[in-house]
Amino acid sequence: MHFDSQYFIELFASGLTKGSIYALIALGYTMVYGIVGLINFAHGEIYMIGAFVFFLASSLLTVLGLPMWAMICIATAASIFWAGGYGYTVEKIAYKPLRNAPRLSPLISAIGMSVFLQNYVMLGQTEKYLGFPEVIPEFDFLEPFASTFSSSDFVIWVTTVIVMLILTWIIKFTRTGKAMRATAQDRTMAELVGINVNQIISATFIIGSALAAVGGILISSHTGSIHYYIGFIAGIKAFTAAVLGGIGSIPGAVLGGLVLGMAESFATGYFSSAYEDVFAFSLLVLILIFRPAGLLGRAETEKV
Amino acid sequence: MSEPILQVQNLTMDFGGIRALNKLDITVHSGEIAALIGPNGAGKTTFFNCVTGIYKPTAGDVFLTPGKGEKPVSIKGLKPNIVTGKGLSRTFQNIRLFPKMTVLENVMIGRHCRTKTFILGAIFRPPRARREEREILLHSYRLLEKVGLAAFANDFAENLSYGAQRRLEIARALATEPHLLLLDEPAAGMNPQETEDLNALIREIAAEGLAVLLIEHDMKLVMSLSQRIFVVDYGSKIAEGTPKEIRSNPAVIKAYLGE
Amino acid sequence: MITAKDIRRILLVSGWFMILTLPILGMRVDPLSDNILWRLKNVMWVGLGTVVLQSLPHLWHLYLYLQAGMIRLWHHLMGTPPHKIVEKTAHRDSLINRVITNPRQRAILCAVVLTLTIIYPQVVNEYQINIMIMAFLYIMLGLGLNIVVGMAGLLDLGFVAFYAVGAYTYALLNLHYGINFWMALPLGGIFAGIFGLLLGFPILRLRGDYLAIVTLGFGEIIRVILENWIELTHGVAGIVNIPGPTFFGLGLTPSQKILYLYYLMVLFVVITIFVVNRLQDSRLGRAWLALREDEIACQAMGIDKRRTKLAAFSLGAFWAGIAGVVFAAQNRSVYPVSFSFLESAMILSIVVLGGMGSIVGVILGALILILLPEYLRELSQYRMLFFGAILVLMMIFRPQGLISVVRRKYDIDSIKAEEKEGGA
Ligand SMILES: Nc1ncnc2c1ncn2[C@@H]1O[C@H](COP(=O)(O)OP(=O)(O)OP(=O)(O)O)[C@@H](O)[C@H]1O
Ligand SMILES: [Mg+2]
Repeated sequence: MHFDSQYFIELFASGLTKGSIYALIALGYTMVYGIVGLINFAHGEIYMIGAFVFFLASSLLTVLGLPMWAMICIATAASIFWAGGYGYTVEKIAYKPLRNAPRLSPLISAIGMSVFLQNYVMLGQTEKYLGFPEVIPEFDFLEPFASTFSSSDFVIWVTTVIVMLILTWIIKFTRTGKAMRATAQDRTMAELVGINVNQIISATFIIGSALAAVGGILISSHTGSIHYYIGFIAGIKAFTAAVLGGIGSIPGAVLGGLVLGMAESFATGYFSSAYEDVFAFSLLVLILIFRPAGLLGRAETEKV
Repeated sequence: MSEPILQVQNLTMDFGGIRALNKLDITVHSGEIAALIGPNGAGKTTFFNCVTGIYKPTAGDVFLTPGKGEKPVSIKGLKPNIVTGKGLSRTFQNIRLFPKMTVLENVMIGRHCRTKTFILGAIFRPPRARREEREILLHSYRLLEKVGLAAFANDFAENLSYGAQRRLEIARALATEPHLLLLDEPAAGMNPQETEDLNALIREIAAEGLAVLLIEHDMKLVMSLSQRIFVVDYGSKIAEGTPKEIRSNPAVIKAYLGE
Repeated sequence: MITAKDIRRILLVSGWFMILTLPILGMRVDPLSDNILWRLKNVMWVGLGTVVLQSLPHLWHLYLYLQAGMIRLWHHLMGTPPHKIVEKTAHRDSLINRVITNPRQRAILCAVVLTLTIIYPQVVNEYQINIMIMAFLYIMLGLGLNIVVGMAGLLDLGFVAFYAVGAYTYALLNLHYGINFWMALPLGGIFAGIFGLLLGFPILRLRGDYLAIVTLGFGEIIRVILENWIELTHGVAGIVNIPGPTFFGLGLTPSQKILYLYYLMVLFVVITIFVVNRLQDSRLGRAWLALREDEIACQAMGIDKRRTKLAAFSLGAFWAGIAGVVFAAQNRSVYPVSFSFLESAMILSIVVLGGMGSIVGVILGALILILLPEYLRELSQYRMLFFGAILVLMMIFRPQGLISVVRRKYDIDSIKAEEKEGGA
């Protein structure tokens, strides 16, 4: 068979785009898991809510007649604010009262939250697909590459890199970031040395939600539509990415996201696109069988 | 000397960069009461965890004689339930009962590995399953009587006093019909009277032919019970001998009292 | 009492919720004009609702306080010494649990319920019978999931996938080979059980929460496959004209068929209750419970963790498969949409609301969650919202469910008597 390098590069570019989005969402999963040891099933819904808020805000601003760049900035800020607000509130309502409950309780609560938020948005907005505004302009300097990737691909890559850099800076150098790392390692110990663990957990949820919101905006403008159900599938896949990279590990989430995006892109490109979700899931099962600690995670022995 | 029941050779366990056990050699003989002592953090509990399969040791070998007159088999790296099936049972330092199950049910769980009824047996209850269920019940109840908890059979395990919970752990471990019983600080948190009763209980168990290896910080209990004592410090064995020998061993005194 | 601080807090929280719901509930984009439609009334309702919800505990305290004051005043006027405040009596089993732990009362209860169930279709119309048949189906599903989640503590979010396997097994076998309901029944269960084994085997040795996400993914995958493998499953068009259960080859009139199906479902539910009850009270059931409490202690006591969990997981799958065959026969058609994640969430809500591990609880949960929306049609669009909220609220306020599990108490005297016998 003839190897079509152009096609290969296209798939690579689209894998990179998908992977970037997965990475953005996976970070929220992995950070929360690292600190409270919980799969936050409602995280995908936060991502969806972020996209909806952007959609509403941008529509409002367009009606008011603001210029494009101002509209994007304000709508993004609104989206991050509300996504963070939802993330914060979800933690306070559904997880905080269950911190010392049996393992199953917060998981069930999380699933309940996810179902609740999905239907909340469906009832509050619509059950139909909505057209999402094209907020990413066509850049002239990308003209030569137009056949392989679009400017929205490009913007997604660049934004993801910038967001990652900011996140790394927060975690490495700020007080909050250091406190987060301490809490992730040993919550009781962190409490003893005077870290306000409640605040740190809230901060983790807010940061994770903000990342998810950015991911939501980017992908929705890339695909051009939103729907209340988009968070659910994206959530499962981002979680797969987090497990793939090693849950709890931040570089792992990024790596996992990229690997998953690529795998999906090539699998759909070379086999069949109807089964896109099946590939991601099979990958998850394979990882769990052969390397449950993930690519960058380390297996730990529970202390007995 | 009777035959060895547990032979541990060169056992080493690393956690990341920390060596919790360092080339430990320990042999317990059938029918004897032995003790494993050492300062806090010496690696005693880790030793139990490695022997019972809860941790996978980094290096070394563990052999268990799974019954009278049988050949020792290697149990290194086997799953905990398999090890228990071969006749090695234990209690936990930080009590690990099933708090929301009754006292009797806790012991009945110990009978699991000696019984067989599975899905179909549970649903259709053929005579064999009924007989087995009755055997589980009676055997467990007798063990409760032995450790003096029969009166609490239908209470939740979490409502027992601390000392009673430790005795319940022993009953549960005995229900698995071990040849060797590992006790991790059985007297911790007990008052003098309870410790006295525990002393008698362990003697009674040993008199029935079980070997016992206990970790204990209560030196009076250790000295009164054990025929042989192993001392570990920083994961290495620093002494082994009869209580009398250990009491006068300078290395042991140094480990316990510091410089 | 309500202090100024409380009031400020109440207002702050309500304000926060109003801000939070402002975009989703308060705004909508008109799809025709792209204009924003403001719906601030919704937001006001949210604000009002949160104020009321937050005030409830305070009002309750106020009520207790006033009550105590009245009593004191009464005693003051009458010149009698005030009573000591009566301590709340120590935890007592609920009425229903006292009944079901007493063998005689339990027998009476069962007899009464069974009689009512048998009479029911004679006094109501076909529509009501059909609703009841559906409720029975969900009791079956709930009790099946209860084995996995309630008894063994494994969070299975893809239960509906096994249900789908059962339903499509019957649909396809019937379509291609003309296999009838009674033959498909065990086959559907076995196929679903095999799927459960294949999925559970690699996953069940891992941390419990991985199971949740893997089963969730599996549920979606099955649905995607059903939708896309058109040659086999006819895709979203579904498979129609599936025959109902046969009755010794006799022809039945439509209304007889419904009655037959009804009594068949009663039979299935009774069998399910019987099986679950026996499992609960067996060596295996105890091991499941123990695994839920402490896996490491279990393994140290000789329980094979993987095998034991696998038994629960695949048994649950088997039961879902059976229910799937029944579902296909009852609806006479199957479509992929019937097997969405929301269905799994609904079955989970039934188990959680009723009480994980409690048979009576699950039955009650199924009846409430299935019958209530049927009779409150206006509210039926809020169904899933309500199910989600149930999961969260139950975990926070009543994790044991409406009816908590009772542990079996053994009759010590009879054990002693038996022991003497055995010893003699
Ligand atoms: N799962 C684990 N991961 C990392 N380190 C561990 C683990 N289990 C034990 N350790 C370390 O191994 C060392 C030995 O611990 P161990 O519990 O065996 O001591 P011990 O002798 O039982 O002490 P004590 O008398 O206090 O019970 C300690 O430094 C402990 O922190
Ligand atoms: Mg210890």
